[in-house]
Amino acid sequence: MKILIPIKKVLDPAVHVRVKSDESGVDITNEKMSINPFDEIAIEAALQLKESDATSELIAVTCGADDAVSVLYSAMAMGVDRSIHISTDMELQPLAIAKLLARVCITENPSLVICGKQAIDDDASQVPQMLAGLTGWSQAMFVTEIENKSENELLVTTEIDGGLENLKITLPAVISTDLRLNTPRYITLMNIMKAKKKQLDVISSDSLSVDVEPRLQTLKVVPAPDEREGEIVNNVDELIIKLKERTRMI
Amino acid sequence: MTILVLAEHDNNQLSSVTSNVVNAASKIGSKIDVLVAGFECQTVAESAAKLQGVQKVLLADKKIYEHQLAETMASLLNEIVPEHYSHVLASASSFGKSILPRLAAQLDVAQLSSIVSVISDNTFVRPIYAGNALETVLSTDRIKIITVRSVAFNAVMNSNSAEILKLDNATTVYETELLKRELSSSKRPHLCDAKIIVSGGRGLESKEKFQITIEPLADKLGAAIGASRAAVDAEFVPGNFQVGQTGQIVAPGIYIAIGISGAIQHLAGIKDSQFIIAINKDPNAMIFKAADIGLVADLFDVIPEIIERL
Amino acid sequence: MNSENESISFDVLIVGAGPAGLSAAIRLKQQAKKLQMNLSVCVLEKASEVGGHIISGAIIESRVLSELFPDWENLGAPLYTKVAQEFFLFLTQASYFKLPIPTQFSNNGNYIISLGKLCRWLALQAESLGVEIFPGFPAAKLLYSSDGSVKGVVTADMGLDKKNNQTDHYQQGIEIYAKQVIFAEGCRGSLSKQIINKYKLDNQSEDQVYGLGLKELWEVQESNFEEGEIFHTVGWPLPADVYGGSFLYQLENNIISIGLVVGLDYKNTWLSPYDLFQQFKSHPYIQKIIKGGKRISYGARTLSEGGFQSLPKLTFPGGMLIGDSAGFLNVPKLKGTHMAMQSGVVAADALIQHFKGNVNLANKEVIGYGKQIKENWMWDELYRARNIKPAFSLGLKTGLLYSAFDSYVLRGMGVWTLKHKHVYLQRKGKTKKSISPEYDGIITFERLSSVYLSNIHHIEDQPCHLQLKDATKAISINYKQYASPEERYCPAGVYKIVKQPNAEVRLQIDAQNCLHCKACDIKDPSQNINWVVPEGGSGPNYAMM
Repeated sequence: MKILIPIKKVLDPAVHVRVKSDESGVDITNEKMSINPFDEIAIEAALQLKESDATSELIAVTCGADDAVSVLYSAMAMGVDRSIHISTDMELQPLAIAKLLARVCITENPSLVICGKQAIDDDASQVPQMLAGLTGWSQAMFVTEIENKSENELLVTTEIDGGLENLKITLPAVISTDLRLNTPRYITLMNIMKAKKKQLDVISSDSLSVDVEPRLQTLKVVPAPDEREGEIVNNVDELIIKLKERTRMI
Repeated sequence: MTILVLAEHDNNQLSSVTSNVVNAASKIGSKIDVLVAGFECQTVAESAAKLQGVQKVLLADKKIYEHQLAETMASLLNEIVPEHYSHVLASASSFGKSILPRLAAQLDVAQLSSIVSVISDNTFVRPIYAGNALETVLSTDRIKIITVRSVAFNAVMNSNSAEILKLDNATTVYETELLKRELSSSKRPHLCDAKIIVSGGRGLESKEKFQITIEPLADKLGAAIGASRAAVDAEFVPGNFQVGQTGQIVAPGIYIAIGISGAIQHLAGIKDSQFIIAINKDPNAMIFKAADIGLVADLFDVIPEIIERL
Repeated sequence: MNSENESISFDVLIVGAGPAGLSAAIRLKQQAKKLQMNLSVCVLEKASEVGGHIISGAIIESRVLSELFPDWENLGAPLYTKVAQEFFLFLTQASYFKLPIPTQFSNNGNYIISLGKLCRWLALQAESLGVEIFPGFPAAKLLYSSDGSVKGVVTADMGLDKKNNQTDHYQQGIEIYAKQVIFAEGCRGSLSKQIINKYKLDNQSEDQVYGLGLKELWEVQESNFEEGEIFHTVGWPLPADVYGGSFLYQLENNIISIGLVVGLDYKNTWLSPYDLFQQFKSHPYIQKIIKGGKRISYGARTLSEGGFQSLPKLTFPGGMLIGDSAGFLNVPKLKGTHMAMQSGVVAADALIQHFKGNVNLANKEVIGYGKQIKENWMWDELYRARNIKPAFSLGLKTGLLYSAFDSYVLRGMGVWTLKHKHVYLQRKGKTKKSISPEYDGIITFERLSSVYLSNIHHIEDQPCHLQLKDATKAISINYKQYASPEERYCPAGVYKIVKQPNAEVRLQIDAQNCLHCKACDIKDPSQNINWVVPEGGSGPNYAMM
């Protein structure tokens, strides 16, 4: 099975988020960047599928400026076979990324695309669904279990609000991985050295003739309010009244 | 400018979040339609018609919509939306999040995820970076496809009686098959997607007390159980219960912190919660600064009382 | 864990990707290229990326950088801000006095930089020269050959749980062999410490003495910002018998670096360097600058303050010590980067000469390094600075008087060498307990909210990397005799005494907050705490410290 794993370079989850004083965005200058954690889960899922079918080929792909290749090397150090870097200096929004990936799907013709369920920077959770929409493929989002049933079918369990769903999907398909699907493996020093020799193709986004113009304009970014009201109630009665009034969930 | 709200339901009952989404829609414009797609779901459409502000309810009642799978739903919407609607809204639940981006791509427009506030008909506020920052975004697309964080908007009244219009579309049938859909009723929800989390700290004093105090409250609320790192370190609960920057980052509708002092790492992990309640006997505990409501009291006195009163 | 470790060999292995290690790596490759030698160089770094554990003031002299890269400006080295104006202040609680700046300590022509950024840049240069750098792989254990020479290191195991059991993701460390291992771990390196003991490298020198540096970055209001302005202070809030001082450097883009260095040879068990630092910021002179600003980063690290007298022997069979692992730091100048880099360069040159003569010289001692360093300018610089810190052990005023005399009159060339006085912590009864400070959350902050700004990350479920040689001593000695000084000297609040009803008092170690400063490994009164490397990639993720 040929599996495509789109990945994204994001601010490392350990780094505290600092909004620029001019409100233009989050300051990531000099900060540590890493593979989006959900994408690592996607890579691990692909590696596990390959373990049960050695003929599989795993391809990681990322879109972005030149420094984005670092995440491709990490992916290859985890065990992905080769990588594609769609190179651009433009700011890419989910729709643009999905369009670029759809082009890669035409040339690579994978049976399965495994994405992380969302990037931890914009928290959009859109690219996998959009890619499925553009390719017209089946989709299964927020997957917590995968069973490779046959050549062209996959059984998956997905998270839905308050429960689980079991789906049988026909390949080719796009799935997105949830937190509990697996724990990604560590990268070893030996595999980092091996990764340096793996194939990495660079494709200019211009050459794919896709409209990647941003459709959304960020007007401002502000830090989330740090402190809350902190209203102190006097007793359980008041607590319950306020709770019911303010949340309407109980 | 007409807005379409995608109803969330199980063919029997309209999910309460749809009411919140209708409210969000009413902040964008006054012409609001609701789409109910399902199978044998007339009662759902009737409930939707009661939601205040709704102009009409579109009812697509067919076997192929029974499970409301994303592929089918996106196709249906794709047939309805372009000619009639300027906005499509759904809840930012797994349902809405699966369908709307797929639809947006097919319409070649952007999608806006999990908005928490409406500034104008094209400008919205949404959290990014796990709720650490709020982004104000303007959409330049002709159709705005939006998922709504339902807890950020009030529900609307049920005082309406909108017209119900039956649709007869012929949607493409996809091969995806639903084998089973199971809602966990008895099973405790997971921390990462629980609507309510009851979390305990070192104030619980022991493993036994943690169990007999926290569990009944969580059961009563159908909540997930979490813990501070101090409680995990003291081995009141295993490590996978840990909430915080170094444990699980959570974003429930309600987070109840019991006997938790509120170390900064813990606060960083609960920041995205909609509503935080703190119960601690130390009035100077940091957690009170991060909470919406605080109760200064001995937790062993008040928790049983709360359980009784809920 | 019974299975054999995988192994890999390099010609040279460097432990630590700081300014010393990276300079050595770069110089090795540059020289090897000139001589058309094939030389493989590997650098191990415990931080998840190069620069992640680097913290320094920092003001640097660019001379060594120019030696490595004469055209560093064109290559885009991150040296942007030249020192424009400099002050030296004596602080009292509410006021200050300007002191003259001894010419030899003048920072004229020096740059205010982020050392972490510089290291990241150096790493890029090193990689383009063919150096293999592995961030996230700490060197955990030493490997010796049968002849007693250093053979290499073992990287840390990954995926052990709290109780040392292997998890599903367990990855055994690998053995890395090299003809020479260069230790560039910085102050109190966990392997360097073992090496110094094993080869008795400090037999001829005085004991090392240490300082603890705490630093914050602030984004200040434009109107309070004066690019290129720097000052150092002595005096308040440090008690007169505590060596140390502060710095405040104004970088670029309204960012200032502010820090306090406290000599770890202080006696009063109640002293808290962290709280002194917080208090320092509330001085009117400092507040004026940071008021209305935003704190963006925090970190801490120990530094070697022994200087000339404490330098250990630098070579041993199979390896060498460079940078602050050896103690190359000019204390009165508060500067070590240029020396760290220079020691790396000298070591690299000596090593190349050593290998050039005979390729079979694997795991031998590169004696040339020790000799050449004595002929280098840095030796002279260290010698001249040698008496300043010991003089301060006689108290601040005497120290200031002496250093003025030493610097102005003798220019460091006095014929005597003052000895470091080793004083240990006094027991809790001997000194007065200080009042616990209050933090306003605007200028002063409690420890954990500070640690948060260091972007700290440790996987929780791993063996504790702060090992107590004897767990009972934490209570029987530290708690009962010294009132647990680790609660106060640890700049990250890792150590906490927990008293619970109906339970014994116990020491809780929150190792996941550890900033890797090594203060506990140094300051513990019974030397009971052993700092070892945690799982790779753990610790702070400093962006521009």
